[in-house]
Amino acid sequence: MNELQISSGLLLAGALFMLGLIGVLIRRNIIFMLVCVEIMLNAAGLAFIVAGSKWAQPDGQVMFIFILTMAAAEVSVGLALILQIHHQLKTLDGDAANSMKG
Amino acid sequence: MILVAFVTILMVGGIFAWIIANWNKDLARWISVAALSIDFILGISIWWQNPTIESSTWLLQFTAKWVPSLGISFSLAIDGLSLLMLLLTFFLGIFGVLISWNEIQDRVGFFHFNLLWVLAGITGVFLTMDLFLFYFFWEVMLIPMYFLIGIWGHENRRYAAYKFFIFTQASGLLMLLAILGLYFVHGRATGTFTFNYFDLLNTQMSAGVERWLMLGFLAAFVVKLPVVPFHTWLPDAHSQASTAGSLILAGLLLKTGAYGLIRFVLPLFPSASAEIAPWAMLFGVIGILYGASLAFSQTDLKRLVAYTSVSHMGFVIFGVFAFNEIAMQGVVMQMITHGISTGALFVLAGSIYERIHTRDITSMGGFWTKAPFMSVVGLIFVLASLGLPGLGNFVAEFLTLIGSWQANPVLTIFATLGVVAATAYSLRIMQKVFLGNFTTDKTIPDLSFREKIIMIPLVISIIWLGLFPQPVMNVVKKVISIQFVTEKVSTTENSNGDK
Amino acid sequence: MNLLVTPLLPLLGSFILIVAGSRLPKRMVPLVGAGSVGLSAIATLILGYRFISNSLTSIDITAWQWMDVAGFSPAIAFHLDALSLIFIFVITFVGFLIHVYSAEYMIDDDGYARFFAYLNLFVCSMLTLVLANNLVLLYFGWEGVGLCSYLLIGFWYTEEKNGYAARKAFIVTRVGDTALGIGLFMLFQHFNTLNIQEIATQAPQHWAVGSETAMIVSLLLLGGAVGKSAQLPLQTWLPDAMAGPSPVSALIHAATMVTAGVYLIARTHAIFELAPDALMIVGIVGAATLVMAGFTALTQYDLKRVLAYSTISQIGYMFMALGVSAWSAAIFHFMIHAFFKALLFLAAGAVIHALHNEQDMYKMGGLKKKLPVIYWTFLIGASSLAALPLLTGGFYSKDQILWLSLAGEHGNIWFFLFGLLGAFITSIYTFRMLFLTFFGEEKTHVHHVPGNGINIPLLILAGLSTIGGFIELPHSFGHFTVFSDFLKPVLPSISIQEGFEGIEWMIQLIAAGVAISGVYVAYVFYILKPGLSVELKSSAADLNSFFFSGWGFDALYDKFIVRPFVWIANINKRDIVDQLYEGLVWGANALNRVLAFTQSGILRWYIMGIVIGGILLLALGIVKG
Repeated sequence: MNELQISSGLLLAGALFMLGLIGVLIRRNIIFMLVCVEIMLNAAGLAFIVAGSKWAQPDGQVMFIFILTMAAAEVSVGLALILQIHHQLKTLDGDAANSMKG
Repeated sequence: MILVAFVTILMVGGIFAWIIANWNKDLARWISVAALSIDFILGISIWWQNPTIESSTWLLQFTAKWVPSLGISFSLAIDGLSLLMLLLTFFLGIFGVLISWNEIQDRVGFFHFNLLWVLAGITGVFLTMDLFLFYFFWEVMLIPMYFLIGIWGHENRRYAAYKFFIFTQASGLLMLLAILGLYFVHGRATGTFTFNYFDLLNTQMSAGVERWLMLGFLAAFVVKLPVVPFHTWLPDAHSQASTAGSLILAGLLLKTGAYGLIRFVLPLFPSASAEIAPWAMLFGVIGILYGASLAFSQTDLKRLVAYTSVSHMGFVIFGVFAFNEIAMQGVVMQMITHGISTGALFVLAGSIYERIHTRDITSMGGFWTKAPFMSVVGLIFVLASLGLPGLGNFVAEFLTLIGSWQANPVLTIFATLGVVAATAYSLRIMQKVFLGNFTTDKTIPDLSFREKIIMIPLVISIIWLGLFPQPVMNVVKKVISIQFVTEKVSTTENSNGDK
Repeated sequence: MNLLVTPLLPLLGSFILIVAGSRLPKRMVPLVGAGSVGLSAIATLILGYRFISNSLTSIDITAWQWMDVAGFSPAIAFHLDALSLIFIFVITFVGFLIHVYSAEYMIDDDGYARFFAYLNLFVCSMLTLVLANNLVLLYFGWEGVGLCSYLLIGFWYTEEKNGYAARKAFIVTRVGDTALGIGLFMLFQHFNTLNIQEIATQAPQHWAVGSETAMIVSLLLLGGAVGKSAQLPLQTWLPDAMAGPSPVSALIHAATMVTAGVYLIARTHAIFELAPDALMIVGIVGAATLVMAGFTALTQYDLKRVLAYSTISQIGYMFMALGVSAWSAAIFHFMIHAFFKALLFLAAGAVIHALHNEQDMYKMGGLKKKLPVIYWTFLIGASSLAALPLLTGGFYSKDQILWLSLAGEHGNIWFFLFGLLGAFITSIYTFRMLFLTFFGEEKTHVHHVPGNGINIPLLILAGLSTIGGFIELPHSFGHFTVFSDFLKPVLPSISIQEGFEGIEWMIQLIAAGVAISGVYVAYVFYILKPGLSVELKSSAADLNSFFFSGWGFDALYDKFIVRPFVWIANINKRDIVDQLYEGLVWGANALNRVLAFTQSGILRWYIMGIVIGGILLLALGIVKG
């Protein structure tokens, strides 16, 4: 029973992570990319919780709270950046923001 | 204490000149001249006070603690070789300030600061007897020189300054590695970790270690000297630097490489040097001929003179590795006479540049008609450069060659052919600049009073060195001969055996 | 009288003229220039008188120790013996006459003071050369005269071609000097000294006759000698050196400097005697040169170039004499040659001056009446050069060489035949020159008749080149041998091969016949039937141009030495080694461009990179783990 829960929980987390990753890679709209990053973060959080429940340790949930906090901060910074990018480039296309090209 | 004064006078003078130039530029120039003159007089007084200089080695020594826990001391010492080099440094240094009197109008204070600090670095290099301190001074002369080329140079100065810096810095780092290597090898063997030159002499090490450490030192010195194929920084640096920069580069900076070979490479690594000697001589000959052929084809006057330096410095490494007292005496003479004669040619090139604003010899010619004094001076130094007897360079080259003949006749023949090539390029200077028809529409005033003050002492000294070289050679006689005492015994035994 | 005074006076004169030359009034310049050499000549006379009256063998004086390093200790020291006395006598006297001549000849030149300064410096260097007691000091003088030769050939420096000729002279002789220098290195290695007297005494103990080292050293010394004396294969600079003013050609390129090679070999004869093969080569060089230069002289039309080739040819005789160990004969010919060749050059200079720098003989003619003094003195010089019998000095000196080249102990029939052929050609080209210049009709107008300043030196030299011959008379003419007796302490005398004792008069007869028939040939070709020479020239045009070009040596050197050197120098102007470092820089830049390409600035590419990297790491962990 436990085994099944763990593996299916991790599978779900992996699937979510892959979805997020693929999203980041294929979407050009920065907002969508940000959303996908959030999905990946949540996938990682899910994996922590699953692992925490496996060993009956609180650490997993502690980590999730950390991730949640960090994600909130990240979203706020990220949205601010997106606003700036839109302001400067008049577009939300992530590939347009390539002025750091070598 | 007088030894510390040599360096500090220049450093303090440099700082003063920098500050004072904010109010009065001429005063800054006078301060520089004064600092160098004081040093020059101090140097002469050391010579004066040691009548037995012929038979003495170390004249003065000074040691103070610096970082005792690492075995680093502030250790200075002077012998005949250092003394001659110092006198040359201050002598040419004074002219370096004088020749820049009108040429440098921009950032005068910083210029004189750099000039004096380069000279201070060179002075330190010639004096120091602690390898760590040696490396320190080696860098001290590098950085101000970088500014001298990069700020007050000609049109392509940035490139030249970079190139100069990278070449000398990279090779200097190899030397630092070798210094540290020697430090640890000596420390492990004896238990005392020290950078002191005298302690490091006669360090016992395996042949392989010795070879690598020697190559590290050699790297720095052959780049500085320079030996073909490490010479390519030199034509750019010389031709792009301001006149004083070229004068100091050619007259003094190159000599630190030669000095390093004589002071460090040979005594610290005797057997590895002997091992590499035939190769070093070969590179010397290649340098002589290669430099000459390049000099022949140049059209930029300063670049031409720069390549003649490459050729002349070939004689230095050639003679040093001949392991022979006569050749070594020739090398010391070559260091001095080349400093004077090539320095003078750069000064002349600078004077011409001031007049017609070009260094291209194809647009010169016929200056004899307009500026006979300048042309006679030019003739004398061109002749010095081709090794005419009666001028100092002949003494140097003849001694080098006659000494090297004992070591390696075949290479000496090729080195002697360099003299023919020297004739070709030197006379080309004469022909293109001073003889021929006067073509430019610019006016060529003859040398000014200030320029005459520079050229006349140079002319007198090159002739004096050609006719009465013995007093100068006596100064280094003992220093050189002790290096070859053991050597000499073994060779005479050999030659007896042959008979 | 101090020995130092002789070279010091011209040096002083030169110094004054260099420092104050342009400020001196014009008439002071020759006073200083010629005066210093004149005083030097008087000093020489006093020295010579003391030398002979006290029957000294040598006078030595050391001025100061030049260098002293580990056993190498040349001094600025002079050594006067019979050989150097003859040389300094010729140098100061002929030099003085030429200075006097120049005082008038160069009067209109802007570089009047400069000219005398160089000329004085030359006299000083030449005296140093012949008085030096060691080979390093000799080398000093040797290079010093080379320098003055350079400066004087290029005296009119605004002409590009004069500068070229001057450089050529310096560089070509420097090639020989290099050989000489290497010879000095070898000598020092073996004897640990470069003092000439010490070497001369030590050499026979050190080396056996025919030893290989002696041979090599001798050949190296010969290398120096052929450079300075313009012998094969380094003769090409002398004809071009005629670009200098005529007094320079007379003093440097005829009378004194070019015979320095003869002096060197005579001075180091102790070494050459140990290497008979090398001596043989000296003779061969001389014989080949004298014929080669003679043929070339036949085809020249420039008056001074004829004289230049004739100088090369006459020095060839001296070398041939040295080659058969006829030392004093070589020196005798040197002296007589100095008189008559200086005379010829000065007379030629006067002619050229009179015709406003016209040097082409075919544009001269008929000057006999216009310039009588020049004509007569030139005639005397030419007769001496052509060795017309009995009266001329050249006959006695050249006859001695011919005789000894056959009958001397190292004599050889080939040397004799070459010498005879040379003598024949010499008298043809000499009288061709005379006939073309002074006979026939006037082609160029005489602008200017030379004054006494020019005439008097010519007359004195004409006298010297006549009576000079009588101080050494052969067996068949009373056997009067002041000259060779005088030289005996320095230069060994030569013995005659067996079977030749009685036939000297026959040789003289042959030589005289050859010389006179040469004159006759010239007479036929250039006076009787002037068309004949034109016909001959056109029928053998190739040969003519071959001879005219000096047997193609210039073209040869140009093609195989000068041009390859210039070519290499020019294609390497930007320094191939520097290009290697440039390559290094280029490589670093190229790497930079490649790596910069990966920094596309597109975020998604970076993420992709992270992902791929992560996957690879995971895969690696799984495979390894």
